Amino acid sequence: MDIIGKRRTYLAISAILVVIGIITLGVRGLNLGVDFTGGSLIRLRFDKSVSASEVSHVLTSSALADMNLKKAVIQPIRGTSDVQIRAQVEGKPLSSEQVNRIVDELSAGFGAVSLVESQMVEAVIGKELLNKAILAITLSCLGIVAYVSLRFEFKFGVASVLALIHDTILVLGVFAFLGRQVNSPFIAAILTIIGYSINDTIVIYDKIRENLKFRKKETVEEIANNSILQTLTRSINTVLTTLLAVLALYFFGGASIKDFSLAIILGLLVGTYSSICIAPSIWVEWTLRDRERKRRQVVSGRTSPKEA
Amino acid sequence: MRPGIIWRFVGVVAIVVVCALAIWKLPINLGLDLRGGTRMILEARDTETIKADDDAVSRAKEVIERRVNQLGVAEPVIYRQGARRIIVELAGVKDPHRAREIIGRTAQLEFRDERGNIIMTGNDLKTAVAGYDQYSRPAVNFELTLEGARKFEKATLDNIGRRIAIYLDEELLSAPVVQTVIKDKGQITGLGSMDRAKDLSMMLRAGALPVPLEVLHAEVLEPTLGQEAIDQSKVAAAIGAGLVIMFMLLIYKFPGFVADIALLIYAVIVMAALVSLKAVLTLPGIAGLILSVGMAVDANVIIFERIKEELRGGKRIRAAIEGGFTRAFGCILDSNVTTLITAGALYVFGSGAVRGFAVTLGLGIAASMFTAVVVTKLILVSIVDRNPEKYREYFGV
Repeated sequence: MDIIGKRRTYLAISAILVVIGIITLGVRGLNLGVDFTGGSLIRLRFDKSVSASEVSHVLTSSALADMNLKKAVIQPIRGTSDVQIRAQVEGKPLSSEQVNRIVDELSAGFGAVSLVESQMVEAVIGKELLNKAILAITLSCLGIVAYVSLRFEFKFGVASVLALIHDTILVLGVFAFLGRQVNSPFIAAILTIIGYSINDTIVIYDKIRENLKFRKKETVEEIANNSILQTLTRSINTVLTTLLAVLALYFFGGASIKDFSLAIILGLLVGTYSSICIAPSIWVEWTLRDRERKRRQVVSGRTSPKEA
Repeated sequence: MRPGIIWRFVGVVAIVVVCALAIWKLPINLGLDLRGGTRMILEARDTETIKADDDAVSRAKEVIERRVNQLGVAEPVIYRQGARRIIVELAGVKDPHRAREIIGRTAQLEFRDERGNIIMTGNDLKTAVAGYDQYSRPAVNFELTLEGARKFEKATLDNIGRRIAIYLDEELLSAPVVQTVIKDKGQITGLGSMDRAKDLSMMLRAGALPVPLEVLHAEVLEPTLGQEAIDQSKVAAAIGAGLVIMFMLLIYKFPGFVADIALLIYAVIVMAALVSLKAVLTLPGIAGLILSVGMAVDANVIIFERIKEELRGGKRIRAAIEGGFTRAFGCILDSNVTTLITAGALYVFGSGAVRGFAVTLGLGIAASMFTAVVVTKLILVSIVDRNPEKYREYFGV
């Protein structure tokens, strides 16, 4: 198998995917959770399952007209008789009194209704959290570049972070496309993906580093390709064991952890691909160009010393 | 077996026993998403008369502490953040939505005469108890402090035949007509429900907040929801771990079996570390643990692949195991340090649930390195020592 030989194809595919991802992000936007946008989210438990339109009917009824809940997002939670409502009143989260009124009105319509979860976030806090999230992702990327540059070389560091950005954009793009919610656990998932993907990349780099020492006769392409192949079994087996664990989480872990697990599943797949096909390809491409440039400098230095 | 190995064996067994004891004896510190509760970020606001300075915010925090005490929460977490913020975390409170109400209210009680002059405030109350009035409507019965009694006596004397209005946070509760001079006792009616009377009496006993607090963030989860999450996570963890164990057995056979044992020991160590550090276990934290099961196997996989390489290179099994571990170590270290970097970033970013995830991820990484490098090696060496050549083929070489 010659992965490095087809590196331009892989790089091109990834570049296209990243562009599609960015366009999707731009067009559809991320469905940010209340913890980032501010607003309120309440989860109500009904005696029997009710549909979103039934709930919507009550929310827009004259009794609650002053709150203007037409834009409230109502979502029944699968496998339960719970319904999640996301709403704001004049750009502010619902007050406790307003929540109580909603519960009372719904109880009048559907029998016993209880409030099992509520989250109210002022926009200020949401903004702070979003800034912190961006900071955390930036910091870990910088930390990784620094560590990898220290232990390996700068090119490895940059190549691996490019691969990480690639992974992050693709997962974000899929989430934008599916309209899945991006909340703080999602940020945890993204950082996990980053940690996981870099893990994979480093195993391959470690092999490249070793082979560079012991196999002086091979070209850079050969070394990179052999290193990938030598670690391929490990890469695949590791992604499979982790995937098994996360799939269990996705299917059996309950509704509130589903989006989180989905992000990790996507990240595992994209991360494994980028560790094998992208990060080493970027390194090879860069190293070759670097050597080419140096060779030219030496050559031009010899032929026309005046220029130097 | 050689004595060195025996001692190390004893060491590992001792660690496992201690860890098992810790898990058995110490309680697991569940986060509020798993046991219900509330987490609030409150920010002090200036009033026309009082500035929300350091002193006012400290006093507000004390009032909240007193209110929380009345609610009876086992381990409340209340701290200040920045100049004006107070964070309140009450995991395991029985009725979290009610707790949120009680904590967020300013509870400024005022008695005013008909011209709007303030006669006295909640600070003049000595005690407040929920009860019923003569028409058996819910009410709060109060007794006044000495100074309060003096004020009230004078006010009632001046206002006989007129109304004295009682306001709670600018909301008119009732405005009874003064019949006679009242000295040190009184009653507040117009509360609607007994629950409200109880809440008000509780807030009055704890005192009013010196400055109003705006609720910037409030997360409230009922305990039932947490129990469901725990049950579902247990199923997911069992299935996930089961699948990983079977996978390792199928793919790696004998070394896979060793890795599975290491995995079980790993799980014991992580859980023990969690309980003894009193780390908070949250729902994303459990996800982190399940995920780390998959990742913990990774170090073993790296090592086994290395050992195979060494065997293919013609080394004898003992030398191959030694060489495999030595050469895998750098790789395991580097890959884990980078994951630790992201876990650290998560810890800084996160609050509550996400921070719980960062903690389990970090602990998981440390424990997986230990089990892979120490435990797996020990088990491999001690088994292989008995019959080196026989075990060579178990590596599939």
